[in-house]
Amino acid sequence: MKFFSFKGGVHPEGNKTPTTSEAIQSFPLPARLYVPLQQHIGAPAKPVVEVGQTVLKGELIAASQGNVSAAVHAPSSGTVIEIAEHQAPHPSGLPVVCIIIETDGRDQWIEHSGETDPWRLSEKLIAQRISDAGIVGLGGATFPSALKFNLGLKQQVKTLVINGAECEPYLTSDDRLMQERTGKLIDGIRIMMLGMSASEAIIAIEDNKPQALKIMSAAAESYPELKVLKVPTRYPMGSEKHLVYTVTGKEIPAGKLAADIGIMVHNVGTAYAVYEAIFEGKPLVSRIVTISGGAVNQPRNLEVPFGTLVSNLIDYCGGLKQTPERLLMGGPLMGLVIPGLDVPIIKGSNGIVALTKDELKVKQQSACIRCSRCVSACPCGLVPLEMAANIKAGNFDRAVEYGVKDCISCGSCAYVCPANIPLVHFFNYAKGELVARQKAKQQQEYTAELAKQRQARMAEVEKQRAAAKAKALAAKKAREAAKQQQEAAQS
Amino acid sequence: MIAAIVSLTILGLSIGFSLGFVAKRFKVEKDPLVDDIEAMLPASNCGQCGYAGCGQAAEAVAKGDAPVTFCPPGGRALAEQLAARLGVDADLSDMEDRGPMLAFVREATCVGCTRCFKACPTDAIVGAPKMIHTVISEACTGCGACVDICPTECLMMEEVPETLSNWRWPKPQPQTQLVSTAA
Repeated sequence: MKFFSFKGGVHPEGNKTPTTSEAIQSFPLPARLYVPLQQHIGAPAKPVVEVGQTVLKGELIAASQGNVSAAVHAPSSGTVIEIAEHQAPHPSGLPVVCIIIETDGRDQWIEHSGETDPWRLSEKLIAQRISDAGIVGLGGATFPSALKFNLGLKQQVKTLVINGAECEPYLTSDDRLMQERTGKLIDGIRIMMLGMSASEAIIAIEDNKPQALKIMSAAAESYPELKVLKVPTRYPMGSEKHLVYTVTGKEIPAGKLAADIGIMVHNVGTAYAVYEAIFEGKPLVSRIVTISGGAVNQPRNLEVPFGTLVSNLIDYCGGLKQTPERLLMGGPLMGLVIPGLDVPIIKGSNGIVALTKDELKVKQQSACIRCSRCVSACPCGLVPLEMAANIKAGNFDRAVEYGVKDCISCGSCAYVCPANIPLVHFFNYAKGELVARQKAKQQQEYTAELAKQRQARMAEVEKQRAAAKAKALAAKKAREAAKQQQEAAQS
Repeated sequence: MIAAIVSLTILGLSIGFSLGFVAKRFKVEKDPLVDDIEAMLPASNCGQCGYAGCGQAAEAVAKGDAPVTFCPPGGRALAEQLAARLGVDADLSDMEDRGPMLAFVREATCVGCTRCFKACPTDAIVGAPKMIHTVISEACTGCGACVDICPTECLMMEEVPETLSNWRWPKPQPQTQLVSTAA
């Protein structure tokens, strides 16, 4: 099958060899699980358990609330000992509210059963099951999947693109999943197609994963609606916009979604979670995480229950060889720096990468010489050097004109920059600032409206008061006149 | 040489005079700038700037009678916007960059006197006589009109706490940066 080549991108060292042949091992249950209520984009889930309550594996412990949210289930059986704040796996180091479970070691599942005839489920019911299972996009974006399904149905999506690109260096969790759980994954993809009434599914895998390509192609052979596509290894192949272009030749317009052009992209991990939810009735309680990087003694692929602390995982992987220069959740290009080892694994954690100083390019930042390497590298066709210069000068409007809102923060520009300018950091800062300004403007409009209403109300009150006063005065005058008349009559 | 000087001088003078004439003859009565500025202001008419309301304050700023830093609830962000709109260089360095402020009621000392919600320009405080009052944070502009009016000093202004949902990436500082990934 033919593919289309997008402009730009980079070819970083893959560094996948330490874990690519490491089979998925299930992680021994830790004594405590710190399960955050916010593991997805949208509103945090609302706890439905109390402190002291015993829970079974897979039991709902926090329900989704609001339009965009996802349910959270107990990753193992045990007792809820606290609902309290714990450090979040986030660069800010801010806390997030967690349900802390002391595990009982039995890992006992709540009663669950898969659908008896999953192939006859309606689209609505499939989306409902996915929502009940608390499934979110497992590629890292963590957008609630059920919402994506509903959107896909509304937009009449015809093509489902399954993202098995895994373009981030070091990570091999999707690769292992495709190799080891192929059958279930294929069924998951087929039920996803049914859920959005898509007519075809294209599974895109980068050519640096020959094993996964071979196994997936063989498994998909018996289903004509499934196609496995070998795509070239180039970062950021796994970005939705770029994968859609590579696979279909269609470009997602700026500010639009893939669904707007009749395509939907889901990660292989999500497809596997959908299989478990529909065929086995299991909610999302664990995921496959790659533990890698030069600072880790024994890099591995582990199936980890959510809420497990990163320190537990590192211990299981033989500890650290040296203090890592940088600790990441996710890959080295788009992963988030985490504040320490004391943070829990969440739904979006596809890897933990501990990098040594030798693996990082540590150099003094210097001035931009306008060499335009970032322009050649930008896969979105933007001009990073101009955007960064304008952001540095506080000129956000100009940066928006240069397209900072279309930037996907892939980091290709910063990767090639010979002056070591933290370009993506500038763009992330600008995006945050733009969101903050937008919010402030909405707030200002809202309060201005409130102030106007209040002024109108006060004017009305004042008018009524004046009218009442005038009435009272008139009544008094009338009374006095009557009195005078009476007196006149008497005399 | 002389011809060039003379012709350019005449050109300059004639353009200058005609511009001056047009500016006087076709003078716009109400400055559209005032409307623009008024739209930027909180519109709560809290009076902290010393003007009766946001409309009067906008006029004063447009005329240049008030500095762009005049509005306490708007803070530094508003001052920057105003400076950009008016095309003036404002010295914002002594204006502390505090985040947005919100009013909070210390419930232990609130006696339910009802004075604060009568003073609030955006109806952001709810309560009833002899009941604890509370602030609806979405509606609070942080103008502080309620603080001095409280007889038990239970109202205070606090910075909005930083959470995962309102955290933003800080501006990159010039220094050695680590750029991820092996080269």
